[in-house]
Amino acid sequence: MSVQSTIEQKIQDALKPEFLEVINESHMHNVPPGSESHFKVIIVSPDFAPLGRVQRHQAVNGILADELAGPVHALSMETHTAPEWEQRGGQRLQSPQCHGGSKADQ
Amino acid sequence: MTDNPTFDRIQGEIDGNDVVLFMKGNPMFPQCGFSAAVSQVLSTLQVKFKGVDVLEDMEIRDGIKQFSNWPTIPQLYVKGEFVGGCDIVREMAETGELEKLFEEKAVATAE
Repeated sequence: MSVQSTIEQKIQDALKPEFLEVINESHMHNVPPGSESHFKVIIVSPDFAPLGRVQRHQAVNGILADELAGPVHALSMETHTAPEWEQRGGQRLQSPQCHGGSKADQ
Repeated sequence: MTDNPTFDRIQGEIDGNDVVLFMKGNPMFPQCGFSAAVSQVLSTLQVKFKGVDVLEDMEIRDGIKQFSNWPTIPQLYVKGEFVGGCDIVREMAETGELEKLFEEKAVATAE
């Protein structure tokens, strides 16, 4: 199973999201073509309602701990509840391009 | 003091500076797009901050991840409080929450 599918599956199982998008952004970074090292996830889930931003990200980092300890070098995320997502009009932030410094981590 | 000297050093940076950004590279020459993005947000708000280059120090680089229970760099601290990483800082900048946080914590921004 690809890293991308694993991420999708784990988030799906843990958070029962109303909306989930997992984007492989590795091509924006200094890694070989076809890499699965940099991801962005957009998650809309009612589970986030009682949590602050830091706690939401920690929850997702916990779900994907194995991936973060392994192949995934960077995980960008947006974590919303349905009302928050609606308020944003479903608009996402653009991820920054790498400056090359992360290359040393590979 | 803890029994972990790296944690003590990290705590020292956080206690000694109102705004601390643990980053890759320095504010003038960030070495990573995520660090650059946060650095830029802070500069736009004209917030004075201390940049701690984790690439210069492996102990801090590994230690800060455990210290904050946060697996990635950059990490922003304001008056001792962990605010978040790149995504959170940019989101808060976009909604105006970041400027409000600096106001509430009495951190000087643009005059």
